[in-house]
Amino acid sequence: MADAIKPNYEQLKITDLHAFYGESHILHGIDMLVRRGELVTLLGRNGAGRSTTLKSIMNMVGNRTGSIMINGRETITTQAHHIARLGVGYCPEERGIFSSLNVEENLMLPPTVRSGGMSLDEIYDMFPNLYERRFSQGTRLSGGEQQMLAMARILRTGANMLLLDEITEGLAPVIVQKLAEVLIKLKEKGLTIVLVEQNFRFAAPLADRHYLMEHGQIVEEIQASELSQKQELLNTYLGV
Amino acid sequence: MSMIFGVPIAVLSGQLLLGLINGAFYALLSLGLAVIFGLLKIINFAHGAFYMLGALCTVVLFNTLGINYWVALFLAPLIVGTLGILIEYFLLRKIANEDHLYSLLLTFGVALVIQGVLTNIYGVSGMRYAIPEVFRGGVNLGFMFLPYYRAWVIVAALVVCFGTWFMIEKTKLGSYLRAGTENSKLMQAFGINVPLLVSLTYGFGVMLAAFAGVLAAPIYSVTPVMGGNILIIVFAVVVIGGMGSIVGSIFTGLAMGIIEGLTKVFYPEASSTVIFLVMVIVLLVRPAGLFGKEA
Repeated sequence: MADAIKPNYEQLKITDLHAFYGESHILHGIDMLVRRGELVTLLGRNGAGRSTTLKSIMNMVGNRTGSIMINGRETITTQAHHIARLGVGYCPEERGIFSSLNVEENLMLPPTVRSGGMSLDEIYDMFPNLYERRFSQGTRLSGGEQQMLAMARILRTGANMLLLDEITEGLAPVIVQKLAEVLIKLKEKGLTIVLVEQNFRFAAPLADRHYLMEHGQIVEEIQASELSQKQELLNTYLGV
Repeated sequence: MSMIFGVPIAVLSGQLLLGLINGAFYALLSLGLAVIFGLLKIINFAHGAFYMLGALCTVVLFNTLGINYWVALFLAPLIVGTLGILIEYFLLRKIANEDHLYSLLLTFGVALVIQGVLTNIYGVSGMRYAIPEVFRGGVNLGFMFLPYYRAWVIVAALVVCFGTWFMIEKTKLGSYLRAGTENSKLMQAFGINVPLLVSLTYGFGVMLAAFAGVLAAPIYSVTPVMGGNILIIVFAVVVIGGMGSIVGSIFTGLAMGIIEGLTKVFYPEASSTVIFLVMVIVLLVRPAGLFGKEA
């Protein structure tokens, strides 16, 4: 991964992104930039448009306009199934574990999109529970295990930019802790991560930068170092 | 002659065999419907027309080009399957995001057009197609006479049904299909070419129908309208088995054939109604069908 060490490599650059579900206009001109190896969060209340931003990047919304550059390539007109091939791994909020597939089938389902992904052995090393339950039906796993599976599934593909939607939602603190450790490891590996997160305490120590969203717009960009100064602003927008 | 429940064994087993053969056709056809419904969420009203096309293709290939049964067994499903893929690509795909009623109407319309055009060309009187040489005659099993061709139909249908089940449940390609059935948007986000998968799946379902048509050509009367009657029963089979269930459609297809056959022995007047009676009962007791997942 020679290009991974290039400083300031723009892995994801979104300009004036508008997204629509049928008649409803959800995103109103998003601008954001994620450099390689960064971990960036999208913060905001429910309905602020954070999940829709991730879905728009994957071309899973009804309609989208503006510009989404991935690795310097314009993808606004790219078909959905070509976007993953650019090295993007998507973990949906509802986890998207397939009930008609067992754990290992779930794990093997997404095609490899780049070389350098984790092998099955490495994944089972990282998530021993998945190994023990590899022949169980995917949706028979506990919520935490399903979340591990949803993460592990995209690590296998070699994707070097991960879009993670609410991965800690509804999980026990010990699992959340485990997920934080996983994210730190992935960051050390040089992966780029965009994290939609409700749990600010989980996200704050991990992230390099935060984008604060409200009503389908980005209202503030906050560096990790500015967190304490902007605490009040965060409280207002997040309502914590 | 020995009797069971006051019915000669030969009569009983003869009707059972006929039932099993009808059941084999129900199974093949409902299997195709199930595969298509699973991924495309389309109720394919053109299925009977594709079945008919398989049979008609076999007859026409023989009459015009002298192509024999064995070649037709592969060629006819291939031709009809390709037609299915074209219909999916040029018609069904355009309305994929609309309400499912549209695709239902569209496939119904396609069936009417195909049947109408072919009726115009070939008329509605049945065309004859000879049973292939190797399958002429039969064997006396002692309690009944088993024509070789009918035995072949049952074996071929079972093998194809099992092969389809195996492919869907046990292979990587099958895992794509199962996953696509559950959440095709996410599959797309993983980088799987879902539109291609949809085309191929529709083509495959259509091929199953055409394959059934080839099997039917030597034993049923081949006419452009032969698909209409059987399709109604096959829909009942699909409803009984549970929409989209692979195992359900195979099992229910065979079972309904046998139930129909038995009814012919014991109460012939009800034989054409019995499947619908079963359907009503199943819908009352298990609305999702015998093998369907409760929503």
